[in-house]
Amino acid sequence: MVPLSWYLIVAAFVFCCGLYAVLGRRNAIAVLMGIELMLNAANINLVAFWRYGVAPMQNLDGQIFALFVIAVAAAEVAVGLALVISVYRNRRTVNLDDLNLLKG
Amino acid sequence: MPELPFPLPSVQQVIFVLIAGLMILGALTVVLARNLFHSALGLVAAFFGAAGIYLVAEAEFIGVSQVLVYVGAISTLITFAIMLTRGMMFGATSPRNRQSGTAAMITLLAFVVLWALVSTIPWPQAGEAIGDGEAIIAGLGRAFVNEYVVPFQLLAMLLLVALAGAIVLARDRK
Repeated sequence: MVPLSWYLIVAAFVFCCGLYAVLGRRNAIAVLMGIELMLNAANINLVAFWRYGVAPMQNLDGQIFALFVIAVAAAEVAVGLALVISVYRNRRTVNLDDLNLLKG
Repeated sequence: MPELPFPLPSVQQVIFVLIAGLMILGALTVVLARNLFHSALGLVAAFFGAAGIYLVAEAEFIGVSQVLVYVGAISTLITFAIMLTRGMMFGATSPRNRQSGTAAMITLLAFVVLWALVSTIPWPQAGEAIGDGEAIIAGLGRAFVNEYVVPFQLLAMLLLVALAGAIVLARDRK
């Protein structure tokens, strides 16, 4: 069987890719993609810990939480992309360096 | 036959490494591609890789949900949003923002910390054996209508409100 640490390392790498996309990319849609990557990494951890936990046949909490995360991610990306399109319609840009209306 | 210095990998481990490689390549494409469409393609690869990892972990239902929701719906939505905001897309500008150097440093630090954490703790090498997937799916269904019924209904409400909100936000007010 695959050791649990392999899952955790893959998830850590994907999470860090998502973190960099959120912090370092210029396009708002690229930032949303980074958020999706981070949610996927968290899901991999949830499923891996379910599989390697105590009594995986009876104890399905990890899988259930992963399903909740998938549903919340669907809601999140719908609202996020609607926001991006709304911002693009008003400002004609989705460049995050230009969107500093709330900056003090 | 001479002794190998390391145990031979099992078939499952080889498959896991291939799938994980696909997912890592996809994630790197998302982060590094200059063209946003290439990022979206990398995102699809990463979603497929995640689905494969769920299958290796014997969580078949999550894998199928992943393909349906992420590959089917979310990547389509993202592609639509890229095409609707395409003014940005073919510009010769850098894909990174002003703070990307700091961001890269923070990310590298986070990965080093996570790697150290994963490699110091003695994680289990193998999980308990489980039976067929149908029993797990039946257990999931029972859990959703018994102890998790309130979160389940709240989630349905959240999806409804989020989709209505998305329509309101994206509507043209003129």
